[in-house]
Amino acid sequence: MEFKTHISVRNLSVFYGTQQALKNITVDIPDKKITVIIGPSGCGKTTLLKSFNRLIDSQDGMKVTGQVFVDGENIFDPQVEVTHIRKKMGLLSQRPYPLPMSIYDNVAYGLRIHGTKAKKELDRRVEHYLKEASLWDEVNDRLHTPASRLSVGQQQRLCLARGLAVEPEIILGDEPTSALDPKSSRRIEQRFLELKEEYTTVIVTHILRQAKRLADYVIFLYLGELIEHGLAREVFENPQKELTKEYIRGTIS
Amino acid sequence: MDKRKIEENIFKGLMIASTVMILSSLALIIGTVIMKGLPAMSMSMITQTPKGGYYLGKEGGVLNAIVGSLYVAGGGTLLSLLISLPMVLFLNVYVKRTSLLAVFTRFSLDVLWGVPSIVYGAFGFSIMLYLGLRASVLGGIIALSLLMLPIMSRAMDEVIRMVPQELFDASYALGATKLETAVKVIVRQTLPGILTAVLIAFGRGIGDAASVIFTTGFTDHIPTSLFQPAATLPLAIFFQLGTPFPEVQERAYASALILTVIILAVSVASRILTKRFTRNIVK
Repeated sequence: MEFKTHISVRNLSVFYGTQQALKNITVDIPDKKITVIIGPSGCGKTTLLKSFNRLIDSQDGMKVTGQVFVDGENIFDPQVEVTHIRKKMGLLSQRPYPLPMSIYDNVAYGLRIHGTKAKKELDRRVEHYLKEASLWDEVNDRLHTPASRLSVGQQQRLCLARGLAVEPEIILGDEPTSALDPKSSRRIEQRFLELKEEYTTVIVTHILRQAKRLADYVIFLYLGELIEHGLAREVFENPQKELTKEYIRGTIS
Repeated sequence: MDKRKIEENIFKGLMIASTVMILSSLALIIGTVIMKGLPAMSMSMITQTPKGGYYLGKEGGVLNAIVGSLYVAGGGTLLSLLISLPMVLFLNVYVKRTSLLAVFTRFSLDVLWGVPSIVYGAFGFSIMLYLGLRASVLGGIIALSLLMLPIMSRAMDEVIRMVPQELFDASYALGATKLETAVKVIVRQTLPGILTAVLIAFGRGIGDAASVIFTTGFTDHIPTSLFQPAATLPLAIFFQLGTPFPEVQERAYASALILTVIILAVSVASRILTKRFTRNIVK
């Protein structure tokens, strides 16, 4: 199987205090494909995802061994500027968390902190990314109203626009549709499929059907261990490991 | 009636009684201050400083104490805000939640909260002596800011601790630094709580007598510099109540009324201001 690697994980272990959340994971995430991380809850899916942009840093008592290379750079190297790593990745969390400001300012926030100041340029980009997240038509007449007044589905698309605005190479989704109704979920999924031409996408989900709809590549974790990974078609249709078979059949969850 | 129902009714009754007690004591205090203070209230009370023989019942007002209190409490609030906010942001953004430093700092603040205000007065006084200051507006500001610090910072801390980690993460994930996250997101999100904390501290400070006795002194004049002594309303109330003349004692209640109205006005004003800032808050 041939693909270009974007993120390579090498012998990654993550500990929270004495508890080990990830056990010696080694895997490659393909460039400009949708990779879906599946597995029962508490298996380390989110930890693996959040280690990519080092959001696990803020956890108490967190310890990491091993490496994660993004574009050939080990992100856990103490020399690396964490903001530089994070700018490369947009994150969608389980529940959308709009920043406490207007719709416009939510999208402009990332642009401003990374140096875009000119009003015209900001206007242009805010419009562009709201369109990218297919939210523009619904909010263009109320850009300066608080983002908290949007529906949850709209908020999640706003978070997508906000994430895309810093021009990342990678989109990370931590069960990004779990708080949304079916229709909003579909819209978000649709955007992922359209955006994968330009972005490497990594999504955590516990919904197998969603994984099947989206995935080009699948990573199956169980209790912090990497059980199986490979092209989606192969893993779903012909899993090699017994645990994977059971999970896909639904006997373990 | 079965036993559980009786139990329910008894405890519900006790809860209602407690609530009524609190509401009626508030009404009683405000009622007393208004009843006793209103007759002595006049324009001259709030527009004039004490004239000769004021404490014997002659003319004048307590403008000196009003201005003095506003200076000292306002300055103290500002000073402790300048120290509280950075400290609280440091504790919540830069230090991990369970770190020894955070736990110890919060414990220290709780201890400081319980220190009687006369101790702050005495401590402020010794600092003043060390700096070579006399009783002055500046001395009062320092003593009051010490008194307000634990109150203000613990109140802010409680509010900022309620911010979900995900909101921090949302900002970090965009490549924001901790400082940017603290100032642009967290302060914005908690602004109403921060304002409330400032207000609680101001209320405590402007009403405190013990910490300003030695540090601010008392005078009939309105101070024109930080290094002059100033009158404060709690002390003005104390001195007027202490005279043997009923008409002066009445003015003490009028002064108490003024103090209450100041706190009320600041309270209402800050609520209105808060309303304007809350529209963006993420619930």
